[in-house]
Amino acid sequence: MAEKIIGTDIAPQDLVAKITGRAKYAEDFRADGMVFAKLLLSPMPHARVRGVDATRALAMPGVIDILRADEVRQIEGRPGEASLTDEPLYEGQPILAVAAETEEQAAAAIEAIEVDFEPLPFVLDPLDSLRPNGPNAYTGGNRFGGGEFSELKWTEADFEEIEAGRMPNGEAAVEWTKGDIDAAFSESDLVLEESIVHQSLTHHPMEPRSAMMYWENGKLHAFVSTQSAQRTKYAIAGTLNIDPEDVILVAEYCGGGFGSKISGNTHMEVPAVFSRKIGRPVMLRITRYEENYIGRARPGFQSWLKMGFLADGTCNAIDLYIVQESGPFGASDFNTAGMIADLVYTPQNMRFRGIAMYTNTPPKAAQRGPGGAQIVIMMEPILEKAARQLGLDRLEVHLKNAPDPDVGFGPRNSTLTSVHAKEALEKGAEIFDWAGKQELSGRVEGSKSTGIGIGLSPYTAGSRGYDGLMVIRPDGKLYVHQGLGNLGTHSIMDTARPAAEILNLNWDQVELVWGDSSRGMPRSSVQAGSQTTHAHSRANHAAGMDARAKVLEVAAQTLGGSPSNYDMDNGRVFRRGGGASMTFAQVAERAIELGGKYDGHELPDNIHATTVPAANMLAGQGLMGVARDNYGGSGGVYSWVAGFALVELDRETGVVDIKEYVAVTDCGTVLHPRSLEAQVLGGSVQGIGQAMTQRWVFDPKWGVPFANRLYTARPPGILDVPLDMKADALGIPDPQTPVGAKGIGEPPVGAGGAALTSAVADAMGGHCLCRTPLTPDIILAELEGLSQPFTLEQHIG
Amino acid sequence: MGEVESAGLLETKYSRRKFIKGVIAAGATASSAGYFIGGSGLLGAQAVPGAAERLITLTINGQQRRVDVLPNETLAMTLRYRLNLTGTKLGCDRAECGACTVLVDGVSQYGCSMLTNQVRGSSITTIEGLENPDTGELSPVQQAVIDEGGFQCAFCAPGFIMSMTAMVNENPNPTRAEAAHALSGNLCRCGDYDKILNCAMRAAELARSV
Repeated sequence: MAEKIIGTDIAPQDLVAKITGRAKYAEDFRADGMVFAKLLLSPMPHARVRGVDATRALAMPGVIDILRADEVRQIEGRPGEASLTDEPLYEGQPILAVAAETEEQAAAAIEAIEVDFEPLPFVLDPLDSLRPNGPNAYTGGNRFGGGEFSELKWTEADFEEIEAGRMPNGEAAVEWTKGDIDAAFSESDLVLEESIVHQSLTHHPMEPRSAMMYWENGKLHAFVSTQSAQRTKYAIAGTLNIDPEDVILVAEYCGGGFGSKISGNTHMEVPAVFSRKIGRPVMLRITRYEENYIGRARPGFQSWLKMGFLADGTCNAIDLYIVQESGPFGASDFNTAGMIADLVYTPQNMRFRGIAMYTNTPPKAAQRGPGGAQIVIMMEPILEKAARQLGLDRLEVHLKNAPDPDVGFGPRNSTLTSVHAKEALEKGAEIFDWAGKQELSGRVEGSKSTGIGIGLSPYTAGSRGYDGLMVIRPDGKLYVHQGLGNLGTHSIMDTARPAAEILNLNWDQVELVWGDSSRGMPRSSVQAGSQTTHAHSRANHAAGMDARAKVLEVAAQTLGGSPSNYDMDNGRVFRRGGGASMTFAQVAERAIELGGKYDGHELPDNIHATTVPAANMLAGQGLMGVARDNYGGSGGVYSWVAGFALVELDRETGVVDIKEYVAVTDCGTVLHPRSLEAQVLGGSVQGIGQAMTQRWVFDPKWGVPFANRLYTARPPGILDVPLDMKADALGIPDPQTPVGAKGIGEPPVGAGGAALTSAVADAMGGHCLCRTPLTPDIILAELEGLSQPFTLEQHIG
Repeated sequence: MGEVESAGLLETKYSRRKFIKGVIAAGATASSAGYFIGGSGLLGAQAVPGAAERLITLTINGQQRRVDVLPNETLAMTLRYRLNLTGTKLGCDRAECGACTVLVDGVSQYGCSMLTNQVRGSSITTIEGLENPDTGELSPVQQAVIDEGGFQCAFCAPGFIMSMTAMVNENPNPTRAEAAHALSGNLCRCGDYDKILNCAMRAAELARSV
């Protein structure tokens, strides 16, 4: 019998390469004649380039050429990002690039270029942009819609409300309601109102977005760092307006993205265009400093929240207003935040209002759990406060409000395929010993006080309808072609497991083909939104079933009888009850002889057009399994994580020491337990950074960031997290997907962050700080009774 | 903040830089309302135009390597761009992340923060030098990472593995807390610390049994 593959710990196939230094990330590739490009970054948050004098730079030794904004694609007439620009909209936006024989020469040339900048008004804080007579991020206004820029300002009266800490009534861009909030609040036994600031924070993947590219025989060879692969190839082709089959994309490894490299990135265009211009391979090595500016950040929120509770802990009304800082090019986190607030607390009566404002700060993008992580990190301490005031246990309040499988949420009463939030809370409480730890809640010893907290966090975890593509070759092995990116979540490996099990193969009989588009990639989901485990376990299940049917047919055609007379195991197809058999190697050779659908010369009509070139390339190489995921389904796919934290707060220093952390997930069937644990705890650690340390700090006068490196907005290090963290999974299969597996990337971030903000509130006696991150200066200011700033651009200290 | 005010503030800022630049380069001119600003490619680091490369000998992974280096060249750049030892990663270039950690005479060091000229005469070990050169067998630390299924994106992995190698040599019987301290100069943005600590403890166990 072939081994069990789904649900077992198998080290990823690429691990030896990763730990011996042989794994090649984008900046590890070299090409003959390769030169280096450097970027000139805008020193101002908003300006217009009136002139560039590169005479001196171009005469310097080793300098080859300059690339200007008019040589790359520009987005005209609407907010949109170009890889190089003459109207920078944030400090650090690339203006031009220089290529030279060495990186030092390119950098020296950049220093010698004179740029004539006309400074323009800028805005860092979205509320400043809404203020009467406040500045706008664009010269044309602060809003864009219907094909034109416009200006939206709130009234002085709105700002009087804001200054009093109350919810303003200014015009929103998005508004939805359900139920009757006014009636509901009048029935509430407790109404809490808070104004909350959630800071922006940078993605900071360990690998900056370096890229090396060259052109050969009319084809672009692109070595990039990207979360996705097949989709990135099409993104590059789209940017350059060339045939996608003229892009050879090499993306074997990606050193993290977290939403900042979904289908590549804007600045990949620079080495592509520059190498075409100068006829040499171009390496654009991005430094950490540059990554900080161009590498994306999570949007910050300034929000007002009114939450009503009945005496039994039922949350019966939520009124939420979010003003989002969107950077120069926009983001949609705030919409998701409204949906998730409704999903986690099921108030039945809710009003959501939100507005996203352009700002002259580095660009924003989805960051692991976009919108969802912010909102639960903001709201969980308020639940803590409510439970305390009502004399109820927080776990009970959570269990009372967490959704059942028949939940309808958001403005359209969206449904979900499966929900086991309550079971996740219960199992987490058991492992954490929530009941036993009650006596530690608020305990004070010397300067230290203890707090415990819960974070319940859902997020999207799947999508449908992609293609699977695989070939059994004459060496008898199954080659699964993956168009996903190799982001470190191991889903690129693990989503091939269903195909192996369907064909009753051992894992060492399966080869994964990935990372090089010239080897054939099917239409794939972007590796984002926790889609891939769900989407591609389905796609590979479908293609595996197609391969299985074809193996049985080939056996029947060769050995007699009907396909149903045959079964397969361990790389051999055999007649049930004994008799003739064939190895998969023989099946592959026979499939090539038979041709037609068996070796991929005839393809299913319903596969995506972008799978066809890859399938055509592989036709005739063996028995092809190729299919579209037509399993269907209704409702959104969401996974859940319940996080539990125990913290010790030093009231003298404001430092929070995280003593214990437990996370339990509802993400369906577990494909790979150890990888899942890494995703759940790793995501939680990112949430801890979001809640505790990472933020932007700007000089409001100049619009330039102070916190612009790892050490000034530091992600958690190994000493910042508990020595033993625990993760577990419910393992309840999702009923609407054949493998039962849902994704897991996003939800742990909110769980980790919210468990922390909630535990800190508990350690402070039920005091809601309503600020993230909870750096020591914020905590000390609160303990000393000082007022906290309600701004995004400047954290105190 | 109105247009006039912000322009005025910017003038204050850049006239100073312009002044300094003018003193140094004597090349900048300003229009009446413009701000001529030199670009900054290295952003803090200083290019040394005209610096001459020198041929030196390094001992890397047990081999003598002759290589031309600039006087201001870091060990990480020499390894990556002169010797094609790209297993040593550059995550920050400023001693913040540890992705470039190598061993210099057995001591873990940030390759981004040492000049290559400083390590002439020292024995350098990189991630490429951990396997047994004769058998290709993985080192105990590498084997431990395989056993534990370690790392996610793994861009930080070479640096962590070099720090773990130094740790097991110095303290082959660490507690989990001691292991965390030994690895605290390395950053994992995936947050995979729990598994990394499992790897470190397994590495110590394997190293003790060698």
